[in-house]
Amino acid sequence: MATSTSWSTATVAEVDRPDGRLARVRLDVADRVAHRPGQHYVVRLRAPDDYTAQRSYSIASDPADPLVELMVERLPDGEVSGHLHDVLEPGDQLEVRGPLGGDWFTWAGETTAVAVGGGSGIVPIVSMLRYAARTGQADRLRVIAVGRSLDELPYAEELLAAGAFVALTRENLGSRVAAPPYPEEVRDLVDLPTPAERAYVCGSVGFASFATRVLGEAGMRVSEIRVEQFGASG
Amino acid sequence: MPVTRGFTGKRRGEAAGRSDRLPPGQYDVGREWPTLTAEATPHLDPEHWSITVDGLVEKPVTWSWRELHALPGDAYFGDIHCVTTWSRFDVTFAGVSVDVLLEAAGPLPEAAYVMAHSTTGYTTNLPIADLTGGKAWVVWEADGKPLSDEHGGPVRLLVPHLYFWKSAKWVTRLELMARDRPGFWEQNGYHDRGDPWLEQRYQGDP
Repeated sequence: MATSTSWSTATVAEVDRPDGRLARVRLDVADRVAHRPGQHYVVRLRAPDDYTAQRSYSIASDPADPLVELMVERLPDGEVSGHLHDVLEPGDQLEVRGPLGGDWFTWAGETTAVAVGGGSGIVPIVSMLRYAARTGQADRLRVIAVGRSLDELPYAEELLAAGAFVALTRENLGSRVAAPPYPEEVRDLVDLPTPAERAYVCGSVGFASFATRVLGEAGMRVSEIRVEQFGASG
Repeated sequence: MPVTRGFTGKRRGEAAGRSDRLPPGQYDVGREWPTLTAEATPHLDPEHWSITVDGLVEKPVTWSWRELHALPGDAYFGDIHCVTTWSRFDVTFAGVSVDVLLEAAGPLPEAAYVMAHSTTGYTTNLPIADLTGGKAWVVWEADGKPLSDEHGGPVRLLVPHLYFWKSAKWVTRLELMARDRPGFWEQNGYHDRGDPWLEQRYQGDP
C-alpha cells in the first residue's frame, strides 16, 4: 500500500477561492508518492515559534495530475482552513504528509461501485471520477452528488458534465424538484446496468447515516458500504 | 521544516491554559464530539449483544448486557484524543474496568497483546499492558447518557491514554494473543500503538 509516512514540503502552485467558502489549493509536493483515488493529505502550518496546527483534507486530483489538488471548506473559526482561505498565496510553502488512508476508502476500478458524496464529502469521489474518466472506466463508477445548491456543491459543473447524478436539496435542478436522493433514484444507480459490488459514502455524520440507510434499502449489502464521515455528533 | 508565511496560530490562546493537557498537534474541540467511522453505523440491540474475552486465557468468558452490568462498575473522567487532531476535555464514561474482565478469564503468561473486535468487523490491536492497571474500560455511558449508536453504543472499548481509534466502537470480543498483529487502521497506515503524547499517528512515527 502506498503510504508516505514522512513530512515533506509542498509549494503552492495555484489557489482559487470561487465563492469564499471553498478554496481549491493545488500543490507541488516534493518527493511525492502517488496516491490512490480516495486518499487524503495532512496539511501542517507552522508559526515562527514552532507552534503547529494540522488537518486532513481529501485529494481531489487524479493520480496522474502533476499537482495534488485539495478542496478546502472554510469552517467557522477554522484555524487551518481560515489560513488557507485568508492568507495562502502561490509560492507559499506548506508541510504536508501523505497520501494517507490506506486502501479502505479508495477506488481504482477493481469493482463496480456507487459513490455517494454530500457537500464537501464529494471531494475524494471527484478523484475517483477523474481517475475513472482518464482510464476509460467511467462505466464502473456511478456517482451520486448531494448538495444544498449548485453553488454550494464543490465541482458541481464537472460532476454534471461527467454524468454524475446530482441531487440538490434546496433548489430545483432542471425538472428535478429540490429533495435528497429518493430511494428509487439510488436503487437505479445501485442496480443498473449491473448491480454495484461496492458503495462509498462520504459526508457529514447525518449525511452518512442517511446515505447508508438509503443504500441498504436499495439492496447494497452493509458489509460492502465503506464510509468516511466527518463533523460533530451530539 | 519551513515556517508557514503569515501563520501565527489563532487557537493558541484558548489552548494556553490547558497546554499541559493538550498533546502535540491537537486542538480543543470544546463540547462537540466528532465521529469518524469506517463502516456503516450499526444499531445493536443490547438484549442480543454480548462480549467475550478469549484467545490465550485459562477459560473464555462471555457476558450478556445484563451480566456485564452486574459486575462492579467503574468510571473514567478525563480527556480523549483523536488522531484527526481534536481533543475533548472532561468527558465522563461509565462502564466496567477491563481489569475485571481479564481477571475473570485469566490471561495465560504468554498473552502479550489484545485484538479488540467489533460487530462490524473492525479490529484494533493493543499491548495487554495498555489495557490493564486501571487504564482501560468497556463503557456504555458517556456524560451520563447511554452511548449513542454513532459513538459505539451500546458498548465500546475506552483506552483514553491512546488515540481514540484504539477505543473500538461496538466492541464484542477481546482476543488475547502472544504476538502483535495489526488491526484495521493499523493495516491502513496508522501506528501500532498510538500514544498521543508521542504523536504516534502513522506507521513510521516514533
